[in-house]
Amino acid sequence: MGRASGRLLRTTQPVGISSYGAYIPLWRIRTDAIAACWGTERRRVPIRAKAVPGPDEDTTTMSIEAARNALRRVSVPPAEIRAVWVGTESKPYAVKPSSTVVAEALGLTPYVSAADMEFACKAGSEAMQAAIAYVGSGMARYALAIGMDTAQSRPGDSLEYTAGTGGAAFLFGSAADSAAQVEASLSFVTDTPDFFRHAHQHYPQHGQRFTGEMAYFYHSLNATRTLLAELGRTPADYRWAVFHQPNPKFVQRLAKQLGFTQDQIQPGFLVPLIGNTYAGSSLLGLAAVLDVAEPGDRILFTSYGSGAGSDALSLVVTARILDCRDGVPRVRDYIERKQEISDYGLYLRLMRKIHRE
Amino acid sequence: MRSVSIIGIGQTPVAEHWNRSLRDLAVEATLAAIRDAGVERIDALFVGNMASGLLCQQENIAALIADYAGLRGIEAIKVEAACASGGAVVRAAHLAVASGAHEVVVAVGVEKMTDVGIDGVTSALATAADADYEAAQGVTFTALNALLMRLYMERHGYRRADFAPFVVAAHENARANPNAMFREPVTVEDFLESPLVAEPISILDSAPICDGAAAVVLCPTERAREFTQRPVRILASATATDTIALAPRKDPLWFDAAYASAHRAYQQANLSPADVDFFELHDAFTIVSALSLEAACFAERGQGVRFALDCNIHRGGKLPVCTQGGLKARGHPVGASGTYQIVEAAQQLRGEAGENQLRDCHVAMAQSIGGMASVAVTHILGV
Amino acid sequence: MELPRYHRLRPTFYRLEASRCTACGQIHFPPRDLCLTCGSAANQPLQLSGRGRIVSFTRLWQPARGFHDLAGGVTALVELQEGINVTAQLTDVNPERVAVGQEVEMVVRRLLSDAERGPIVYGYKFRPVLKTHQAVEAS
Repeated sequence: MGRASGRLLRTTQPVGISSYGAYIPLWRIRTDAIAACWGTERRRVPIRAKAVPGPDEDTTTMSIEAARNALRRVSVPPAEIRAVWVGTESKPYAVKPSSTVVAEALGLTPYVSAADMEFACKAGSEAMQAAIAYVGSGMARYALAIGMDTAQSRPGDSLEYTAGTGGAAFLFGSAADSAAQVEASLSFVTDTPDFFRHAHQHYPQHGQRFTGEMAYFYHSLNATRTLLAELGRTPADYRWAVFHQPNPKFVQRLAKQLGFTQDQIQPGFLVPLIGNTYAGSSLLGLAAVLDVAEPGDRILFTSYGSGAGSDALSLVVTARILDCRDGVPRVRDYIERKQEISDYGLYLRLMRKIHRE
Repeated sequence: MRSVSIIGIGQTPVAEHWNRSLRDLAVEATLAAIRDAGVERIDALFVGNMASGLLCQQENIAALIADYAGLRGIEAIKVEAACASGGAVVRAAHLAVASGAHEVVVAVGVEKMTDVGIDGVTSALATAADADYEAAQGVTFTALNALLMRLYMERHGYRRADFAPFVVAAHENARANPNAMFREPVTVEDFLESPLVAEPISILDSAPICDGAAAVVLCPTERAREFTQRPVRILASATATDTIALAPRKDPLWFDAAYASAHRAYQQANLSPADVDFFELHDAFTIVSALSLEAACFAERGQGVRFALDCNIHRGGKLPVCTQGGLKARGHPVGASGTYQIVEAAQQLRGEAGENQLRDCHVAMAQSIGGMASVAVTHILGV
Repeated sequence: MELPRYHRLRPTFYRLEASRCTACGQIHFPPRDLCLTCGSAANQPLQLSGRGRIVSFTRLWQPARGFHDLAGGVTALVELQEGINVTAQLTDVNPERVAVGQEVEMVVRRLLSDAERGPIVYGYKFRPVLKTHQAVEAS
């Protein structure tokens, strides 16, 4: 046990991930098509392609599928799922929850709590914390947390090369019959204006290099180190590590600074293939790790959201993981299901940056 | 119920009538029919129309047309049965006279489609389908018919080009119809080159968007000769329905409403398909023409296209169809087409069809179909 | 779409809820109070699986108002596993590679293209079945 464990968030009853489900859309835009439009030098483009939504998709439709996948892996009575939290920064409505549509589509209404959460890319892990609290306090037997985004970016901006689409859903329940137990979590939050979007603007603004050391690294490093210290653990105690993934270099640098190897981050390292799925990023990474993890594996999970903050979780995989993987598409099934487009105009239409009146 | 005859007919040309409103067209056709009948007094007016509310922002059009046609005060009622409204209005008028409720009535079918844009018309026509389970899914009327066309082609081994005779024949017949919208011939090549609307249906498979009105005057057969030397007797008048949507049907390629209404009509008239000299069928799409021939028992199941390919449907053939252009070439102002069919059949039977005149014709069938054949109105006329 | 109408459509649009006649077993989608086959009023709710195959399809070039995103897309008649048909849009599909007999599954998507006026309408569409890990290993 750690020394002073005053900063860890622990539940009164043990909680775990009972099931999980992912979603990534079919479509990919090649980043060289974006670069060709704006005259960006090839080597400054950090990834080859990113996932974009189809014209009939949004955070709500994707959340429904990820959540359906989670529910199909286990047999949990719908009436026992007492909360649905959707974390996103691309809510289809400015005012009207997506989570209620998800709850209705899954047959979980009416005796259920529901809300949408926002904390930039950390909104999904916020939803996880809330779900952990609902179950861990005894308020509910099960609670559903979803992180999902159809990330928007300003045309011609550097983030246009990485802002991707996708996310995952996690069903939390009692640790005793879960696939991965939550040992503890910790949130590290400050008011840091690295990236934001004003109410009536389509596109966010960001602080370029300020978003690195002062934002992503500061919060991810502190959250992770404090969690590990208070648990009395080192990176070597973990088989896998998952971080928020704005681009490949940040993730690799963070892992290195913390002392995690490339092998440890590899299954969850999705940004080179699909881009940064914002509130879905660290959650999709975790889902990809759970797809390959073995009983007894420890997983370190640290998200990051601009504004800014990180949620860090320590998880232990149980034998039940083997019962809860089949019957629905895995993360790699979604990754492999792809149709690439290299028409920047079509991309603009899919991202609703241009539309017919 | 007593026998009813047509004693007067009238029609406007079918066209994009930018300078004429719905009421203008309906009044023109109504007055033309009344003049043709030479009657002094009209007891009731029936107005057939599908979508005046959506297309012209005007409901209550029976009162409107009675008002503007100099018939203010008489009984006037609108009849709606989607694209079969023009046939249904004649059915209603027939019932009014056959029952003894009225002596002399006018039935006018009218539609004004060109005031709104193409997507407005597409949306209005989609109201004939199931609003929640077809239209709300973005399934257009043309798409529904295209599903049938592909299914038919696969099941019976036809290609797109095999459907061309319906269109070629209709356009050929329209050449000599001064009221037809399209009077130029169409070749098989034109048909195959024409842009697709909902594959495999192309622009030339489908009837056009247009405006028009047609009207008939009815009275009891026993009095018809007071008014005209050439009354046309209504030997049968029958309506039948099917499910509103396509999906619940056991066999999507069987038009049960068209079959049942034709069957009832044959029974009323004590006739069989062999007795029919020509058929004004509802050629909204070529697939509908094929399935109508089968439902009315002029061709075996799956043989409707074969029947047309074998040159049976031309003016000199075994069963001429769409003798003055049909919905395809005369035009399809949706709520009026059924009435145009009856007016044109009457012209043939009276010997007034000019260059299109069929030799020796005594019995005509006219069938007006609404929605995905969810309603069908069949009339048999004779002299 | 009008709010009350959309509200009423949620069970069918989101969950493909059907009904089954307890007298003769006929399944109806959308649900019915009176059985189309035997006329009985004893109809119970039934949750459909969402799996089916394409019976016919068309590529739509002239969509209705509010559906402009469907231009060039595919509308299909799908026969569901339960033996009944449904008309719906296909999604996540290359229109040039659609075939009669193709296996499809239900997903929830945005139905209307124009979301400015009225609610965002979510409802069922069908897409080619996405392989699952178990399915791959089994083959």
